[in-house]
Amino acid sequence: MSKILLLYLIFSVLIFFLPKKLAGYKAIVLMLLQVAVFIYFISLALNTPSGSTVIEEIPWIPGLGLNLVFVADGLSGAFALLITGIGALVFLFAHQYMKKYENTGGFYLQLNLFSGAMLGLVLSGNLVQMFIFWELTTVFSFFLIAFFHEKEESRKAAFQSLFVTGFGGLSLLTGIILLGTVTDSYAVNDWITHADEIRNSQLYLPGLVLIFLGVFTKSAQFPFHFWLPGAMQAPAPVSAYLHSATMVKAGVFLLIRLTPALGGTPEWTYIISLTGVLTMLTGAWFAVTKTDIKSILAYTTISALGILVLLTGINTMLSLKAALVFLFVHAFYKASLFMIAGLIEKKTGTREIENLGGLVRYMPLTFIFATLALFSMAGLPPMLGFLGKELIYEAKVQSPGIASLVLILGVTANILMVTVSLLFLYKVFLGKYKNRGAIPNEKGFLLLSGPAVLGMLSLIIGLFPEFFAKSVIEPALNIIRDEKIVVKLELWHGFNKVFFLSLVTVLSGAGLFLLIIKQEKVITFWRKINTRLFAVNFSDVFTNFLNNFIEFSKQGTKSIQHGYHRYYILTIVLFASALLTLQLMVTSEWKIQAPLSFRPFYISGVVIITALATIFSIISPTRILTIISMGVAGYGIALVYLYYSAPDLAITQILVETLTVVMFFLILQRLPRFAKLSPIRTKIRDAVVSLFFGGIMTMLALKAIKINFSNPVSDYFVENSLSKGYGRNIVNVILVDFRALDTLGEVTVLTVAAFGVFLLLRKKSEP
Amino acid sequence: MNTVILKIASRYVRGLLIIFAVIALLRGHNFPGGGFIGGLLAGLSVAFKGYTFGIAYLKKHMSIMPEWFIISGLVMILFSAIPAFLNKTGFMTGEWYKITLPLAGELKLGTPLIFDFGIFLAIIGITIIFLFSLTEKE
Repeated sequence: MSKILLLYLIFSVLIFFLPKKLAGYKAIVLMLLQVAVFIYFISLALNTPSGSTVIEEIPWIPGLGLNLVFVADGLSGAFALLITGIGALVFLFAHQYMKKYENTGGFYLQLNLFSGAMLGLVLSGNLVQMFIFWELTTVFSFFLIAFFHEKEESRKAAFQSLFVTGFGGLSLLTGIILLGTVTDSYAVNDWITHADEIRNSQLYLPGLVLIFLGVFTKSAQFPFHFWLPGAMQAPAPVSAYLHSATMVKAGVFLLIRLTPALGGTPEWTYIISLTGVLTMLTGAWFAVTKTDIKSILAYTTISALGILVLLTGINTMLSLKAALVFLFVHAFYKASLFMIAGLIEKKTGTREIENLGGLVRYMPLTFIFATLALFSMAGLPPMLGFLGKELIYEAKVQSPGIASLVLILGVTANILMVTVSLLFLYKVFLGKYKNRGAIPNEKGFLLLSGPAVLGMLSLIIGLFPEFFAKSVIEPALNIIRDEKIVVKLELWHGFNKVFFLSLVTVLSGAGLFLLIIKQEKVITFWRKINTRLFAVNFSDVFTNFLNNFIEFSKQGTKSIQHGYHRYYILTIVLFASALLTLQLMVTSEWKIQAPLSFRPFYISGVVIITALATIFSIISPTRILTIISMGVAGYGIALVYLYYSAPDLAITQILVETLTVVMFFLILQRLPRFAKLSPIRTKIRDAVVSLFFGGIMTMLALKAIKINFSNPVSDYFVENSLSKGYGRNIVNVILVDFRALDTLGEVTVLTVAAFGVFLLLRKKSEP
Repeated sequence: MNTVILKIASRYVRGLLIIFAVIALLRGHNFPGGGFIGGLLAGLSVAFKGYTFGIAYLKKHMSIMPEWFIISGLVMILFSAIPAFLNKTGFMTGEWYKITLPLAGELKLGTPLIFDFGIFLAIIGITIIFLFSLTEKE
């Protein structure tokens, strides 16, 4: 399976090296890849016994016990089929749809890489690995939303989605690490085997909340839902693929995947259910008043994601079954509707339903496929959507504890969904054609192939659901409970509570729809409620928060980064002295035990000269004298090194000192006239600080003599320098052999410093 | 400084500095010296030339830009890590090869020599960049 992901990478590069004749068919090439992978997963499913798992494990970071684990079981298989199947249709659609734009190469590259990342996400059996793919999907989503990056709204929407889902991704990682410390493993299977241990640990709730933050941001749950309508700035194929069928389902996927490990507790049930219900209702409520086709679809997507999250929260076998079925239902109809939305926008030049209407005359086929999709969305028979909705109702009726609340709100949301579907169909396709632009047509059959295939699938599976239930839903449910589960899907359930609820839903929805089209006031009133009661625009709240945060950081930076070199040095020196003082106070008794000896006399003399030179360098009347006396101090130190048998150090010191003096003399003429400008108070302050720092360093040096490591590392170097490093100069052997990596680091630091100096001092005239 | 004595003397002094630099580099493994010291010596010879003829003249007549010293030095350091990587010993472990030459006897060559040479080159480049940048005319 890892090779498949590699294939995605290869193809992403390959499309840029196609022969000239094929250069316009990048999307088709990538579609063939999707089809091939789709077939691969089907054959994998056929060749392994039902309910079994194919696992591929590759050592990754053995030191941390991390392996790359790729798992193909019922759940990831179902998602893989969804990703590749819809992916193929989307590429087919994009081939025609994206023709008029430039830079489609990059677009296809990103779309294809996204597809690979999404596949990697669902196949991951290791949560750290899953997190990496998770973040990759976020990144590609960012690029794809910003396809029209010359428009400001596009950039804003892209950043918003990046920040929101990126923030969620980081929480997710923290949560994974928190819970990973409980089991000491990041493999999903280990979490499942240690499920009780995790649930009983103190870290369970914080870890859970952090993981939920990741899930809720990714799957656009309330109150993080606002990025999804913004993401509609992306071209239609992206909306159809990322923001309805696949990426936003990643959160739901993770919830289902982790259900056996983390689910079943009250915290799990209540947090998820509550969020799901709120999202479901919010999405459906706002969808009714929207007039932009893609906006309507975005809000219904939010509602559908809410339903999915709610179902995983209820956490019964029935609800999970309903979730899996609805996942497919929604992917089918929503991808189809987004393609239709793109098609309509392309042909008529508008996405406003108020400007559309009567399209049935010009685009009859589109109308048929849109009807199929919308019926599925409304949950009308005989579509797959009807089955999904029945199952959802059944799950809600039987949900433990919170059934009544969930049921009432769920029915309300579904009534609104029915209304939205009917409104969509009516306002876009029926009535009069209001747009006075070009006469729309249906040329370009590729644009319709996606909706056609998905619509027919919805219909056929709705009519004959046995095969689908048996081959897709049953194995996927297997991962939650390790036993044979028989899933039966039927269109007709008989006259029971669920049927009654469906009837109520459809009738009320249709009634509301009729009310809205007869009385224009209803929708205006609805809007008024929205502006009065729900005036909080989450997107704006988020933007304001971000702006304030940036302003805060700016102020903070300004107060710390004032730009005065002397204060920087002062800060560094004071901070270092404070830290060192603290450390010395903690570890040392302040008694100096070093035997101070002044013999031999010449070294004492050298030290005295050095000290005198240092003092003279401070009080000297001219700059040249300062430089020379500093040089004297430097050479004096070199002599001390030499006496204590460190010739390498001494040579280096002499050379550096010489270079410094030479460079000083070279720039001497450029410096302004030597003057003593500092007032006496500054001088006293500087003197105190430097004396303090010097004193601390002296203490440190004295302390260092006294430290006796039980097993000094230098012995090792002395012993092995010649035998292993083949050198008698231990210093050099350490530098180039034993500690070569450190030396490399030092040279790199020097290089960076050199470029820093180069940049700081280059001519001002250059920009 | 435009004095004839300095100009002529600098030619020989610089030559000597370069020779010393190479000697320091080569003998470094057994005696005081090494790439860092060698690099500083070589850098000093460039500084000396700049001192004699002026930095502007030096810049004009530089055939290799100092950046390239640094780059080639760092690349060489990376190269020195390749044998250890291929042998799957620890990162940057020194690898030694003994060559017996007809006259000089046994000669030990190892990746640390390449490494040290990389340091040598990088330090030369860094010194020259410091020199050039500090004396940049406003």
